[in-house]
Amino acid sequence: MRHQHAITVGPVRFRIGADWAAPIAALRALYAGYPDEERVPDCTVRLTAPRPWRRLVRPAVTISGDYWLPDTVPLPLAQGLVAAEMGMNLQVALGWRRHLLLHAAALERDGRVLLLAGASGSGKSTLAALLMLAGWRFLGDEFALVGREDGCIHPFPRPASLKNAAIAVVRAAGGVIAAEIPGTPKGRIGYVRPPAAALARMAEPAPPALLLLPRFGAAEAVAAVPPSEAFVRLTQASTNYVALGEAGFVALTRLIAAVPVCAIDYPDSAAALRLVERLWAEARR
Amino acid sequence: MSAHALVRALVAPDTVAALDEAGWTGLLTAARAERLLGTLAMRLDARAAPAGVAALLSDAIEGAEAERRAALWEAEMARRALAPIGVAPILLKGTAFAAAGSTAARGRAIGDLDILVPRAALAAVEAALIGAGWEPVKTDPYDDAYYRRWMHELPPLIHAERDRLIDVHHSILPPTARPRPDAAALCAEAVPLGQGLWALAPADRIVHAAAHLLADGDLSGGLRNLWDIDRLVREQGVAALRDQARRHGLLGPVRQALRLAHRLYETPCPDWAGRFNGFDALVRRRLLVRDGWGRQRHAATRFGFYLRSHALRMPPPLLARHLAIKALPPRWRPAR
Repeated sequence: MRHQHAITVGPVRFRIGADWAAPIAALRALYAGYPDEERVPDCTVRLTAPRPWRRLVRPAVTISGDYWLPDTVPLPLAQGLVAAEMGMNLQVALGWRRHLLLHAAALERDGRVLLLAGASGSGKSTLAALLMLAGWRFLGDEFALVGREDGCIHPFPRPASLKNAAIAVVRAAGGVIAAEIPGTPKGRIGYVRPPAAALARMAEPAPPALLLLPRFGAAEAVAAVPPSEAFVRLTQASTNYVALGEAGFVALTRLIAAVPVCAIDYPDSAAALRLVERLWAEARR
Repeated sequence: MSAHALVRALVAPDTVAALDEAGWTGLLTAARAERLLGTLAMRLDARAAPAGVAALLSDAIEGAEAERRAALWEAEMARRALAPIGVAPILLKGTAFAAAGSTAARGRAIGDLDILVPRAALAAVEAALIGAGWEPVKTDPYDDAYYRRWMHELPPLIHAERDRLIDVHHSILPPTARPRPDAAALCAEAVPLGQGLWALAPADRIVHAAAHLLADGDLSGGLRNLWDIDRLVREQGVAALRDQARRHGLLGPVRQALRLAHRLYETPCPDWAGRFNGFDALVRRRLLVRDGWGRQRHAATRFGFYLRSHALRMPPPLLARHLAIKALPPRWRPAR
């Protein structure tokens, strides 16, 4: 590939190649300060033009690599960074086997991990960014990596990805948006870089203490979720649960047995932070 | 060229000791792209690999084991679905190799379930599968009608809950192709594998692999297909192969497959396969198109084989009509 860059995040080493310089330059800037190591990459991402002339004329980025999905629509070159991030997510979601993957944010305090699991739009990324600003160690906002042997949550601290109104919320809380891209299929996207301390400790796993299922936009409410329901919801929130077979079942049942699970509804971020603090204190007692 | 490195590593696993980081990267990427990573991992001694690579290889072995288990379960599901109508599905390709315990299945990627059933049973088989939870994938009426009229298989079905595809074949080549395999004989001579599962007779497995590789497709995924042939030939020899190939009108593709397997994988090759020729060299070039990023190069060669694959499948007037209709937006296509 004409332009390329390698990035290590937690246990995963990515190699990203592109037909253009711009997405690679944007990646280098966003991932500045991540550790570098000479190592055979685990995942390959390719950002290429759908047709040779589309490198120059109305340039468009097709996402592929070791794994790809059929019928993905190319993004305009101006959204090359989003394409790179989507490509990295895709390779991990479809190819990674060394941990059970949960679509969840993870933050650590006092040596224990808080998990926030929910669909896109539930507010977990926003909440994760706010908790990170409040001093929690950021382990990731897209995938929580559950160790198959140790049951711990392994850091995968990619830049947090915020959408639309969340960008202003995090900015108002003192967050710095490292890159902002308007007009993507999911609207305006902003990336927040993890603080240096989170990067320095990205090889340090920690055991889980609490799992919350947040839902933004409803009146404040807390409901304990029984283990059976939590189990089913998390099988759906995992991209590799089926692929891992028995190992996935063992890792997930151990997680569910180890932590209390609560669904929380909240009307705004202040309420969410208050709820998290309260439930965290209860869980640690 | 990373596809060369892949072939070399499969044939002589010891040679990977000389690889540097870039060499390993290219090798693993090409192996993934050709869906041969599990196979490669089973061939290599993980202890000879650098630490990060050893973990990738062990992931690949575990992934292949999961695919094997899922494939055999899917075969069992099909067996149960078809038992009430008295049809025993004949497993084809990867699932058959896995069920037969063939060395071709070692680390092999297995995606869809391919089965062969007697043509007369097709309608009953389709109804039984739909009754057991499979549903059509193709929503375009032209595509559906095209499969039924011109292809050697039903339109693909997918299981609503397990999300697995099944291809139900009634022959091993389209009826419009020039070679006319004797599908009834393929069914009649199938062999039991135990537990209610069946596979083609050993020689017919090679005939089918060669037909699939050289008389049907555009050769994408060909390295894996040829590796199957290599393993099958080494395992069972070529005793009945020539007669079976001739009987199914597929002596040409079988001979070429043996020549290519010999050239790429050093497969033992009988004299009757003939000498490696100029067209073989072009096919070899097509098989080795992957670069170190997993991309396919040689666009012109690939396009040529793409056109050829269609030309082999059907006579020119039918092909022209088909390609013209496929160029139309779906709502303008005729239903038949």
